[in-house]
Amino acid sequence: MILIVNVCAEKLGYYEFVKPIEDIVGCDFVTKHYLDLSSEDLENCGKVIICGTSLMDNKFVEDVERFFWLKNFGKPVLGICAGMQIIGLVFGGKMKKGTEIGFYRENFRRDFLGLDGDVEVYHLHNNYISGLRNGWKVFSDGKIVQAVRRGNIYGVLFHPEVRNKEVIWRFVDE
Amino acid sequence: MFSGGKDSCLACLIARENGYDISCLICVESENKESFMFHTPSVSEVREQAEVMDVPLVVVKTSGNKEMELMDLKRGIKNAIVDYGVGGVVTGAIESVYQATRVQKICNDLGVECFNPLWQRNQFEILEELIKKEFKVVVVGVFAYPLDSAWLGRKINEAFVSEMRILSEKYKINPAGEGGEFESFVLDCPLFRKALRVKSFEDFGEGNSWRREAVL
Repeated sequence: MILIVNVCAEKLGYYEFVKPIEDIVGCDFVTKHYLDLSSEDLENCGKVIICGTSLMDNKFVEDVERFFWLKNFGKPVLGICAGMQIIGLVFGGKMKKGTEIGFYRENFRRDFLGLDGDVEVYHLHNNYISGLRNGWKVFSDGKIVQAVRRGNIYGVLFHPEVRNKEVIWRFVDE
Repeated sequence: MFSGGKDSCLACLIARENGYDISCLICVESENKESFMFHTPSVSEVREQAEVMDVPLVVVKTSGNKEMELMDLKRGIKNAIVDYGVGGVVTGAIESVYQATRVQKICNDLGVECFNPLWQRNQFEILEELIKKEFKVVVVGVFAYPLDSAWLGRKINEAFVSEMRILSEKYKINPAGEGGEFESFVLDCPLFRKALRVKSFEDFGEGNSWRREAVL
């Protein structure tokens, strides 16, 4: 079972950033807001997807310690946009300002959950993570890091639910 | 952002159901009937909808030139922020990255949120939700083969959805008209104090391109 974590402080954010993920996963899932997350939720799931938020919704940054369970979790995790920023902050990265909105071409220097080479992705962010070290691998070219991985923890800054659904299917199936 | 069609009404309803206050409706009236950005409604009809919703209407007129439309929209949102103190804009965008991206950029520049509660939704699911929530929606424009003048005035109901399933498979018609295949107008929904009634109408067009202008 997939645990989908809603990190939106705005209620309307659910429809735009969480529901599309629920519609894509194609298997059993349970959705929880990060403020309601229990240790049972984390024990009972097989994988976790942490979703994104609207452009100005950065409340999750104030609550990043609520995600420290990621440090010793062991199960596969995919962080999308805000989800990637949370992963980055938990593992020692720094948040920087950088706005990208709309379709951009990104180069994936090696296979990342099915993406390889020059790929068009959808961006919607005002911030990004830089400076992840200690075993984190960067999969994209360019100053703004688009995809990172360490072991079974993946982070993507772009929104695969818009035009790159295969990233989510691949994560769910792996 | 409000066009009077089913998507902007449903998005508006979802916002209200989630506890958001609808301060005003922003309606863009484009002189360009082929607008890339906007469903181009008759503002007099949208005014009737705003009245039965008890919500003020902000009308933005634009010549319809591609980039001017965006400047005009920005002006409209700015007015809504100043006059009504809005903290966010809700749109009915489902699939169009072109539309969504531009509104997101404008809102971000102006420091307000942009919400798209129908974003990436299955279009049949949207039609079913309209029926479930007892929306009374009629087709007021058709712009793609094989849709023709016989579709004008048709209600979105179970029969409509069944036919769309066939057309979607056979002709790749977007069932909710997200590709601009058809335009709709809402005569009643849970946001309205009372239902609107079409007193008279006139149809314009030919072949697979028709528009209905209604008087309410």
